[in-house]
Amino acid sequence: MVGELTWMRRIFGLWIPLAALFVFALFPFAWMAATSLKANAELYNPKMNILWVQNPSLVHYIGLFTETNFVTWIGNTMLVATVSTIISLVLGAMLAYPLARMRFPASGLLAVSVGVAYLVPQSLLFVPMADLINRMKLGDSLKAVMLTYPTLLVPFCAWLLIGYFKTVPKELEEAALIDGASRWRAMTRVILPLCTPGFLSAGIFAFTLSQNEFLYALLFLNTSSIRTIPVGVTGELIRGDAFYWGQLMAAAFLGSLPVVLIYSFFVKYYVAGLTAGSVKG
Amino acid sequence: MLAPRPFRFREWLERESVFSWLLLTPPLLFLIAFLGYPFCYGFYLTLVSRPIAQPATYVGVGNFVKLWNDPIFWKAVNNTIVFTGTATVLKLAGGLGMALVLHQHFRMKGITRAVLLLPFIVPTVLSTVAWQWILDPGMGLFNRSLINLGLVTKSQAPSWLGNPTLAMVSVILVNSWRGLPFFGITILAGLQTIPPELHETATIDGAGTWGRFRHVTLPLLMPVILIVTTFSVIITFFDFQLVYVLTGGGPANATHLMATYAYSISMGGGQLGLGSAAALAMVPVLGAVLILMSSYVRRT
Repeated sequence: MVGELTWMRRIFGLWIPLAALFVFALFPFAWMAATSLKANAELYNPKMNILWVQNPSLVHYIGLFTETNFVTWIGNTMLVATVSTIISLVLGAMLAYPLARMRFPASGLLAVSVGVAYLVPQSLLFVPMADLINRMKLGDSLKAVMLTYPTLLVPFCAWLLIGYFKTVPKELEEAALIDGASRWRAMTRVILPLCTPGFLSAGIFAFTLSQNEFLYALLFLNTSSIRTIPVGVTGELIRGDAFYWGQLMAAAFLGSLPVVLIYSFFVKYYVAGLTAGSVKG
Repeated sequence: MLAPRPFRFREWLERESVFSWLLLTPPLLFLIAFLGYPFCYGFYLTLVSRPIAQPATYVGVGNFVKLWNDPIFWKAVNNTIVFTGTATVLKLAGGLGMALVLHQHFRMKGITRAVLLLPFIVPTVLSTVAWQWILDPGMGLFNRSLINLGLVTKSQAPSWLGNPTLAMVSVILVNSWRGLPFFGITILAGLQTIPPELHETATIDGAGTWGRFRHVTLPLLMPVILIVTTFSVIITFFDFQLVYVLTGGGPANATHLMATYAYSISMGGGQLGLGSAAALAMVPVLGAVLILMSSYVRRT
């Protein structure tokens, strides 16, 4: 009797909802992948099965590589994401270290400002930002997004790193100082290495956010050869005619792949970063 | 009498406040130049009329008066509030359910959690393009499934992005799809901090499943839920890319959010002053929404 009841509970309380969650979360990706592998004749034939691929074809992928700048866009996206992540980690750590571990005037006010800056989105500042970048003669160059992405990422990295820096006991630093190390040495040789998980969390987060960014890229990257994947795909692969979905889905699938791969290697750190603020704070 | 100590650069450098400010200065200068300055400049822009590539003329509150009398602006305000409110409720309810399902013992929990978070990881623009294709009136997944199941005929198939009400429903649906796992995973992390002993005690005291959830789990989860919800409301309120890609604000401005409308005024219409005013108008509207939310939470 009890065994039966637990089985029912497992099925209705766990397996069915879990299956539903999987379908809900993944069907768009399945649809994306299935579409990208169908040649147009199969894709636009209403009699064919929707999700099943009868005659797999790489025609859309080949088209993507030969007819469009997709490869360049992948390179641009990676370059921009890497540069802005590094800038953001360095500047974020410089901001977070004193706020987490030092006593100095105005530290409270500064910590609050970092928190507020973290919540300022692109859609609030894009008009003055566009004007500023144009006046700096940086419009239509990758430098424009490499400079503007860190404005979104530095406060976030700082805010995340403050939490990690605080977890290292003060005694460790004091011991290093007593042994004759300078503050700089104590920081770079003792404290920062202990906070590697924090850097991984902030870094992986900053990296996925830069790959996801759209508004600034839309404003600043007009020439096809300097576009990132999101603006390239929406700006050039959506054409006037109706029969472009195969190539578009191939681009969406391939464009998602780098983020998903990197994410899969660092899931633990990504989730730690995601939940740090709400659970600890 | 002590002689004044000679100034030593190294000692000066080791002072806590000096060391702090030396580290802080570069990031602060960067943020002031690229965040603080645009913010102030954005405020200045709201006070002028400044068509692209032309000199500015001072108009005072003229831009805000113009927006106040612009029915599309009010439509966008209304849309933004409906979009944010509905999507947040859906994400919160679904996320809570997802967290409760995942907070059980089963094998491969880590992988399950990682896979279910995928909608949140994949670049929004790319998954939104996939959704555009899912919602395609003729050959999209939704309508073809409806036709195959015999629920509608080809001529009655709903135009998900062409009908004003359905377009709003679609935009909310896609935002919820993307944001729900964020709620789920964060609330799950909150659930895991609740000591199991509390549930055992409640069971001994005679509480059933619902009683334990209502009187033990939910109160302890409240802080996490409040933070995640506030955070999500802010992000959803400022959303731009989803609507820009999925509907472009259409049909007939039915899904324009404040952010997409500000973009279309400034970049489409070339009115930088008016566009900046529409963008900055999001701050007081969001403030009002957050105040209403917090007063509602305090009452219940």
